[in-house]
Amino acid sequence: MSEKVVFYQGNEACAEGALYAGCKFFAGYPITPSTEVAEFLARRLPKEGGAFIQMEDEIAAMAAVIGASLTGAKSLTATSGPGMSLKLENLGFACITEVPCVILNVMRGGPSTGLPTGPSQADVMQARWGTHGDHPAIALVPGSVQETFTETVRAFNLAERLRTPVILLTDEIIGHMREKFTIPAKGEIEIWDRPRPTVPPEEYKPYDTSEGIIPPMADFGSGYRWHVTGLNHDETGFPTNIPSLVEPEERRLMAKVTENLDIIEKYEYIEKKGSKVAIVAFGSSARSTRSAIAKAAEGGINVDFLRLVTLWPFPSHVVNEMADKVDVIIVPEMNLGQMIEEVERSVKGKAEVTGVNRADGEPITPDQILEKIREVS
Amino acid sequence: MSERYEVRLSGAGGQGLVLAGVILAEAAALYDGKNAVQTQSYGPEARGGASKSEVIISEFSIDYPKATEIDLLLCLTQEACDKYTSDLKKKGIIIADSRMVKDLPKGDYVIYNLPIMDTAKEKVGKTFVANIVALGAIAHLVEEVSFDSVLKAVLSRVPKGTENLNKRELVG
Amino acid sequence: MAFDYDQYLRPGKLPHIWCPGCAHGIVMKSIIRAIDREELEKDNTVIVSGIGCASRMPGYVDFNTLHTTHGRALGFATGVKMAKPSLNVIVVAGDGDALAIGGNHFIHACRRNIDITLIVFNNNIYGMTGGQFSPTTPHGKLASTTPYGNPDYAFDVVELSMGAGASYVARGTAYHAVPLTRLIANGIAHRGFSVIDALCTCPVTYGRRNKLGSGTDMLLWFKGNTVGKKIADKQPEKAEGKIVTGVFKQDEKPEYCDEYAKIIEKVGSQA
Repeated sequence: MSEKVVFYQGNEACAEGALYAGCKFFAGYPITPSTEVAEFLARRLPKEGGAFIQMEDEIAAMAAVIGASLTGAKSLTATSGPGMSLKLENLGFACITEVPCVILNVMRGGPSTGLPTGPSQADVMQARWGTHGDHPAIALVPGSVQETFTETVRAFNLAERLRTPVILLTDEIIGHMREKFTIPAKGEIEIWDRPRPTVPPEEYKPYDTSEGIIPPMADFGSGYRWHVTGLNHDETGFPTNIPSLVEPEERRLMAKVTENLDIIEKYEYIEKKGSKVAIVAFGSSARSTRSAIAKAAEGGINVDFLRLVTLWPFPSHVVNEMADKVDVIIVPEMNLGQMIEEVERSVKGKAEVTGVNRADGEPITPDQILEKIREVS
Repeated sequence: MSERYEVRLSGAGGQGLVLAGVILAEAAALYDGKNAVQTQSYGPEARGGASKSEVIISEFSIDYPKATEIDLLLCLTQEACDKYTSDLKKKGIIIADSRMVKDLPKGDYVIYNLPIMDTAKEKVGKTFVANIVALGAIAHLVEEVSFDSVLKAVLSRVPKGTENLNKRELVG
Repeated sequence: MAFDYDQYLRPGKLPHIWCPGCAHGIVMKSIIRAIDREELEKDNTVIVSGIGCASRMPGYVDFNTLHTTHGRALGFATGVKMAKPSLNVIVVAGDGDALAIGGNHFIHACRRNIDITLIVFNNNIYGMTGGQFSPTTPHGKLASTTPYGNPDYAFDVVELSMGAGASYVARGTAYHAVPLTRLIANGIAHRGFSVIDALCTCPVTYGRRNKLGSGTDMLLWFKGNTVGKKIADKQPEKAEGKIVTGVFKQDEKPEYCDEYAKIIEKVGSQA
């Protein structure tokens, strides 16, 4: 397939990106503002040798995605805040059983039903700590329609290679906004698949890490009969509560992320000469930030910009280094202060950290950020 | 042209404003080779209620996707006209439907009070093509997007079998 | 020759966690025999469960096994079956797992008529958590959370399944292990969603509290208090006050994956 230029919504770009990555299964439940992903894949998946199913609720949709992935099918679900709250139960199951899958959360105002049609970035901490228990978290935060496509492909790649669920975190603006974007030709972006066993079935241990931190995963029905359980388990996959076996596995789940930062972390750092102010932002707030920084530059104020493409794991080391240079770090986010806590934790008191917040269902405007830049400069 | 050309199409849910915005943006982005971003804001109603669709057109990359200093405002309801005129630039264009908008705003604007709904109803007998009639008016008035591109975008978007209907409305 | 259960059991995984007198082992053996009778290949068979005593069963048997979250087994199983319809998918669940926390998934799996066989290990109680009343605990009975008698009324698994659209519905008991095996085997053979209400016993958390005697006493109670569907249909007076067992419904009805395959066939060429 050759390159193709289209005018798509962020949600459609996510669906297209999923297909590009080799997604063969989608299970979902209708919810604003993410439903377009389901509608798109309901049309396309049966044409591409895949399957689409609308489940009875968000919980079942997340369950079905994990079930499908266990047969070897790359799987996606899409939702928004209230639905994400329901998916968290089985998200934890995917974490502990190490079943690859991708979950799109198009953030809207909350808590509860909140503002179904208004944008928000208030699920930052939910994406990190939403499901109970210690668990690894990867959350990607695209800032455009094109990037929604590429980050969806990357979400699948990371989910597969690291055998872990990956959250795509967009918002109502990124999800519904239409922009021109290019669907790359087939093969232009590398596609990764999960590691599969090379040993014969009788030697297969589903959580054997002797070859590396990511154990190979066998498809159901491929001749490798194994046991999958949400209980803590040993390398054979069967439940255990032996302390000396439980904790190393818990630590390994986290290490899958911390030892693979080179492929997970992604950000854009635009440094300006002599700037004393920096901004950390993502998603649609990063678009407002870019406009504000351009306006500030017209007025002679230079501002550094760290735009996150990976939100979790949070790039603390980058923010910490920024704090060596600038006096003030501004954190614009469409919530009442969530990512700012990570920024504060990262700068270790080396710079002043201040927020630009908005939780009324409207985007943060460039002028709001500009005002803050002027105030602290 | 200035860096951003901002269009807001406003009215009620079900008037096809989102589709009109998509077509206008596609005309600029896919056929005129410019950059364009289309966004929308809407309430819970599929029909009725306030609805707006915004298009930013630029030669440059577009960061902030929402309209803040509007160059052209389409109003298909009085409510939309009353609510959104304050975001319009000085010398900005207002296209207001002559049947729905009786109370025109006062100010330093260029106002076109056009029979959009009536044209849709009388010429085609279908008010739901008002969005395409409005697009025709916009395409004639705005230099930032070419009429031919709008026509191409309309024909690629509208349901099969209604191409002639829609083309007539646009040119009409 | 005695039936060789070992060929289907995972070495080293027994003894099981079930209490003495619990009938879950009998139902597990019926499922194994039913699988054997239907000649399912181990590699192509997936057994899915949720949480609870019954849900520990997949750990003991040598198939592709999936022990999931409370009530959600049917959601996981639906994903497995949709993504790879060639797999045989069997779900085992307790009454609380299947009908309370999993009730929504239960009725929708019935409605969808996806080719999955569900065996409800129905012992009228939440056993694993120590004897709280479940959706099948009869009215008035005692449980740790109904210390003054159960004010709720129970679901009838058979009626619920039929009403929700399952295309094969049967009820058996752990006492009648041979007929139960046949009911499960028929359910596996049936193309569509099959529900087998397998009545079993929890002497430890339910029987003891309600003075129903030992596990053996509880099993024997099934002997005297059940009547086969065919007899009940011909002589309704014989079924009075008794539990009816047998096949209640066996309909030929379009199966979900088959229907989806038709969609793929119809639109697949347009890609």
